[in-house]
Amino acid sequence: MSAQVPTADLFRSERMRRRRIVNWIVEGAATIAALIAVAVLVIVVSSVVRRGWGALNLDFFTKTPALYSGFGPRPASGIAPAIIGTLIIIGLALLMALPVAILTAIYLNELAPRKLASVLTLAFDVLNGIPAIVLGIFVFIFVVVGHGQAAWKASFALAILMVPMIARSTQEVLALVPISMREASLALGAAKWRTTLSVVLPQAVGGIVTGATLATARAAGETAPLLFTSALYSDQMSYDPRQPIASIPMFIFTSAEQADPVLHQQAWGAAAVLIGIILVASLVARWFADRSIRRLRGER
Amino acid sequence: MAVAQERAAGPAALQRRGRFRPGDAVLYVVTCAAALTGVVLLVLISQKVLTQAWPAMQKFGLGFLTTQAWGDHHNTLFGAKSFIFGTVVTSFGALLLATPLSLAIALFLTELAPRWIKAVVAPLIDLLAAIPSVVLGLWGILVLGPFITGTLGPALHGTLGWLPIFSTEPTVGSNVFAAILILTIMMVPIISSICRELFLGVPRELKDGALALGATRWEVVRGVVFPYARSGIAAAMILGLGRGVGEAIAVTQVIGNNVAIHWSLFEPSDTLASRIAGQYQGADTALQVASLVYLAVILLVFSLIANLAAQLIVRRVATRHQIR
Repeated sequence: MSAQVPTADLFRSERMRRRRIVNWIVEGAATIAALIAVAVLVIVVSSVVRRGWGALNLDFFTKTPALYSGFGPRPASGIAPAIIGTLIIIGLALLMALPVAILTAIYLNELAPRKLASVLTLAFDVLNGIPAIVLGIFVFIFVVVGHGQAAWKASFALAILMVPMIARSTQEVLALVPISMREASLALGAAKWRTTLSVVLPQAVGGIVTGATLATARAAGETAPLLFTSALYSDQMSYDPRQPIASIPMFIFTSAEQADPVLHQQAWGAAAVLIGIILVASLVARWFADRSIRRLRGER
Repeated sequence: MAVAQERAAGPAALQRRGRFRPGDAVLYVVTCAAALTGVVLLVLISQKVLTQAWPAMQKFGLGFLTTQAWGDHHNTLFGAKSFIFGTVVTSFGALLLATPLSLAIALFLTELAPRWIKAVVAPLIDLLAAIPSVVLGLWGILVLGPFITGTLGPALHGTLGWLPIFSTEPTVGSNVFAAILILTIMMVPIISSICRELFLGVPRELKDGALALGATRWEVVRGVVFPYARSGIAAAMILGLGRGVGEAIAVTQVIGNNVAIHWSLFEPSDTLASRIAGQYQGADTALQVASLVYLAVILLVFSLIANLAAQLIVRRVATRHQIR
């Protein structure tokens, strides 16, 4: 009785070779796909920075847009009203969205019966998926028709966009707050509202800040809700939210349609500023998110 | 035992018995009112949009969907046919490009990449989602458009010109093809980030089991990962599609805003959302405004159905596998 020696070479068979080649091809394709995505990001961001760099000077940030007749030297021109306008519009939107979002998150996570909470969450998720242009049209019909455009109406449209985002991230962090903290507070005799507001909510500040900054980053770049609510603005500085105000996205949108190469360069400059703002906001959000989640998991 | 049950029920079940606390009632009412805004807004948006579109809906009926016109016959005839065609072509075209790309990226990040590459590449792809659409549109007009008319378009027309979609030479940079590429860039981060989470949720044991049976990595992906994540991938595709259908700004910047139906992707066209955005400087007549809002109604109906479907799928997957 001799030992059976396997005759088929398992590693060099034709079939195995084919399977390996297919595997290599797929792995290569996956790697290339990731490279393509990163390359697109690099191409877009670098062309924005390269083309916008020349426009970024002090005048650009401090002057109002100057009309150019086409003769003589071009007057110094900037996008100061658009920068201020974006800050005002986003600030107001945040003021409207933040309280609603936080209260919503409290209800959904702390108070609501589970069935009801899941239905209401679904409503916010669906709301989150409504195209920004439709929100713009809605606000246009709701408050602009017959009354005229105003910056606060643009903020209202953006707030509708922000509430689901902020509520979602607040809710996620509230869910991480250990239930023992609530039990301890209730056992000490604190009322439920007291427990919720002064024990649970402070733990979720990180999540709220994360959601708010992410929502700000997204809203700062939205143009569609502004088209019908704050597009007919003047070139002068304006701080009045009851009037339509300029904004960076609208400036880019309208400048891109012109044939003037100097306006194009300013549009690139404004795009660089906008991307800069969004980048900083996203990094801040990420940092806060990491920190607050680490804290709540008990790792310091 | 009772404590364990209460814990399982979550914070809402923690209830104090005994005397009535006004503060609790106030908190409950205020937060409940806030939480109802989602539903209220959905109803209000639908109602307002439908009311405003009513004159056009009454005049054109469903024929609006099959009429190709915008302001014809002295501003009395409007129809959405070419915009619906444009929306379908651009969104599905972009989805066709974005889905394989996103799946491949998600696979790379979950199955192939070493930890440090993952830590660099994953945030970069998320960052792609953060680029505002108006900036992508600007890039689309001034960089991508000329590239298509100058290099990519002639090359595709030259080699694949026998395909109807590449049958004409691109003469202007604003065309359907540019819109498809821009929408692809927008869809990839959405679809790939959802797929990444789905793939991470595939149980280790299943994959190890397949590997132990001698499967190659691709065979594990095809035989275990994809089937496991199938419905989630469908939801991700629906969400990506919703993004494409609803995107107004970047598309209106690059598509050329033309009321026309062409099979060639190198011709200018228009989508529903883009047509609305293009009319922001004011519509001349009440009928034109109503027709514009009618376009919004179509978008709204689509986005409500698509998002509801996607969310319900996501929910089913989440409760089954405990993936968020």
